[in-house]
Amino acid sequence: MIPIDRYGNIETAWCPGCGNHAILGAVKKALSRLELAPHQVLLCSGIGQAAKAPHYLRCNCFNGLHGRGLPPAQGAALANPGLAVIAESGDGCSYGEGGNHFLAAMRRNVGMTLLVHDNQIYGLTKGQASPTTAQGQVTKFQPGGAPSLAFPPLAVAVTLDVPFVARGFSGDPEHLAGLIEQAVRHPGFALVDILQPCVSFNKVNTFAWYKSRCYKLGPEHDPTDRRAALDKALEFGERIPLGVVYRGERAPYRPDPRVRRPLATSRPDLVKLAKILEEYA
Amino acid sequence: MSASSVTVLVGGEAGQGLVTVGDFLAKALVRAGYEILVVQDYLSRIRGGHNTYCVRVSPDPVHAPPENVDLLVALDQASLALHGPLLSPGGLALAGEKTDLGGLPGLNVPYSRLCPRPVHENMAALGVLAGLLCLERSWLEGLITERFAAKGGDEAALNLKVFSDALDWTRESGASFACLPPPMRREKRLFLNGNEAIALGAMAAGVNFCSFYPMTPATSVAAALVAPGGRMGVLTEQAEDEIAAVNMALGASAAGARVLVPTSGGGFALMVEGVSLAGMIETPLTVVLAQRPGPATGLPTRTEQGDLNLVVHAGHGDFPRAVYAPGTPEQCFDLTFRAVNQAEKWQSPAFVLTDQYLADSYRAVAPFDLEALPPLDLPGLETPDPHGYERYALTENGVSPRLIPGFGEHLVVLDSDEHTPDGHITEDLGVRVRMVDKRLRKGRGLEADAVAPSLAGDAAPEVLLACWGSSLGACLEAAQTLRERGTSAAVLHFSQVWPLVPESFLPVLEGAGRAVMVEGNPSGQLAKLIRQETGFAFHGLVTRYDGLPFTAGYILARLGSPQGTSTVAGEEVSA
Repeated sequence: MIPIDRYGNIETAWCPGCGNHAILGAVKKALSRLELAPHQVLLCSGIGQAAKAPHYLRCNCFNGLHGRGLPPAQGAALANPGLAVIAESGDGCSYGEGGNHFLAAMRRNVGMTLLVHDNQIYGLTKGQASPTTAQGQVTKFQPGGAPSLAFPPLAVAVTLDVPFVARGFSGDPEHLAGLIEQAVRHPGFALVDILQPCVSFNKVNTFAWYKSRCYKLGPEHDPTDRRAALDKALEFGERIPLGVVYRGERAPYRPDPRVRRPLATSRPDLVKLAKILEEYA
Repeated sequence: MSASSVTVLVGGEAGQGLVTVGDFLAKALVRAGYEILVVQDYLSRIRGGHNTYCVRVSPDPVHAPPENVDLLVALDQASLALHGPLLSPGGLALAGEKTDLGGLPGLNVPYSRLCPRPVHENMAALGVLAGLLCLERSWLEGLITERFAAKGGDEAALNLKVFSDALDWTRESGASFACLPPPMRREKRLFLNGNEAIALGAMAAGVNFCSFYPMTPATSVAAALVAPGGRMGVLTEQAEDEIAAVNMALGASAAGARVLVPTSGGGFALMVEGVSLAGMIETPLTVVLAQRPGPATGLPTRTEQGDLNLVVHAGHGDFPRAVYAPGTPEQCFDLTFRAVNQAEKWQSPAFVLTDQYLADSYRAVAPFDLEALPPLDLPGLETPDPHGYERYALTENGVSPRLIPGFGEHLVVLDSDEHTPDGHITEDLGVRVRMVDKRLRKGRGLEADAVAPSLAGDAAPEVLLACWGSSLGACLEAAQTLRERGTSAAVLHFSQVWPLVPESFLPVLEGAGRAVMVEGNPSGQLAKLIRQETGFAFHGLVTRYDGLPFTAGYILARLGSPQGTSTVAGEEVSA
């Protein structure tokens, strides 16, 4: 195991009591157990409070644009399969602004992990409904209740046969660290949706709200049974399952095997290019 | 017929095989040692509609689209009506046996007798063209065998027979047309278009990652990178949208790939935030923007030079960039190579502005000299002080040592927020100013490396035609005509349109009797940019924005009197 302090101990700008703190701790713990040194990890994020996580962790980091954490993560993972690539962002960034990228990433199945800090509200912009806010939930910006149906990330992921689909809770960081560890180890695209309270702007989905509903999936759940997994993925309300919801066997994305990676070390073969030029003669 | 060149125009509906006729003819002519220039006009549909493939051929270099048609191959009735009026004196129209030529001089080719099936009509048309132009039978036979052999069966033999029978029929018909003068070139040349040259230049520059979302007329750049498969080690990925394409490329670039993103104006509009990101994270990015008329969807398959403003100003905030505008397939190769290297050297985005005309215009091109290519600018993989490494270290020229994550114990931290030298978010306003200044210092380097505009023609001319990108050929031909008429003329071509370095062109503009900007957009975007940067106001402006490329005749007609005493027929630059 790598000592946790190698991933830094950096002061954050998050609110006291925010679920982000526990998620950060869980990520560090998972990396430590995975024996991934800081320089072997690339953390990609979009914009938002969750998206600042890479700054509070000593590792390589690509903190890009709102909703765009996944495309650079996949680009980097394709360019260098030796890097452990983790995208980490909020529910607005991952499922709203970046919704198309989320869908495409699940279909593409590049080997990488997506950690979504899901607090069912926009925090950075002070309290608007997010894609996972329950329909009808009143916010300062949606006084008549959030008008749209809440997005079900796990159900969509199971439907798209994402080979590793899990849900964690910031209130159980030890369990969460285990899920992150399994997700990073998984060869294909892995999703961990992480429930967390937003102490400043979400007065409905509080720590107590999650605590009273979340339960851990036991051995009776077979994560390789896709239909059973879909049932568990759709369970969100009075009871919310935590753990590995689905584990599939879909082969990860493989580019042309003739493309030698990491791309950083490949150089143009001008002899081959000369032959290609001849094909234009 | 034109004095020095012959123009063959094949017209018909999409799906009739007109590109096959044109393609075979043009490629055979290049192999035989002729110069060619192809202009393709097509509609935004898969079948039907009216399309043309036009080949201008000469033993001498040809620079621009033709004015007239010498041989009109009408695969449908509409072609006769549309292009008949362009037929030059001595020209001929070729149509089917039942087609009424409507008084045009021409031949009714007995396709039904020559072809076992209508699908072979294009081979028959090729045979007739070969007969009329007195081409050597073997030039085309070799090509036909090559192409159809891959399809197996007796396709090659069948097509060869149709071609040969049609050629014999033409010779026996006694149709008279001028034979092509013998070719001048002996050395081997390539038959390629602008977009293919861009892809080849990119591969020479070590591009090994291309993420794209298909959009005409940029798609063929990606196609040409895909075509050699993995042989050149290029990983191509069709992204879910343009936003993903540019962001994916930046992720790959950060991980050490050399990236190229091809798109067109509408797609590029979606990429603009990603361009700002490239400027902020100082990560190399090369975008090829193949222009077509806008705004919005515009004319999807036609040409324009309307996206200069978009590219020069793309992104919010200030950051340096290089914008290239090749005028020929050779420049497409050279400037794409250069763009990729400059993006790497200055860690700033670089752009190649081409357009539909150049993208689809095939030429005879001397094989690129791969041995003579300058060395590649590449990032480091390791550093002696991994723990002291700062991705955005403040430096004299603005360039910070770029390392790639995963190749040592150093950490690479890239952030779209304003950041400290080690890459982390900051709201320290003093750091903000130092970082902006650092990024802008790279602009001086980009200026020092800028390609100066090229001047062709008379010194201190009476008429100076300034242009950028693909308008070069038509301007060269227009200037040549002016000189033949006794007016001294020259062409100033900007193959790099940003940054502009006034010392490299202002004396030329000021030394001309009349400086006229020729641009494929209605407002004179480069003319305005030059005025903004230098205060120089062009004396005239010739514009074209009907979707077609410039021709020499178009420019000359709008220049007014060749002496330059009368007003310009085109719009004046506002005084």
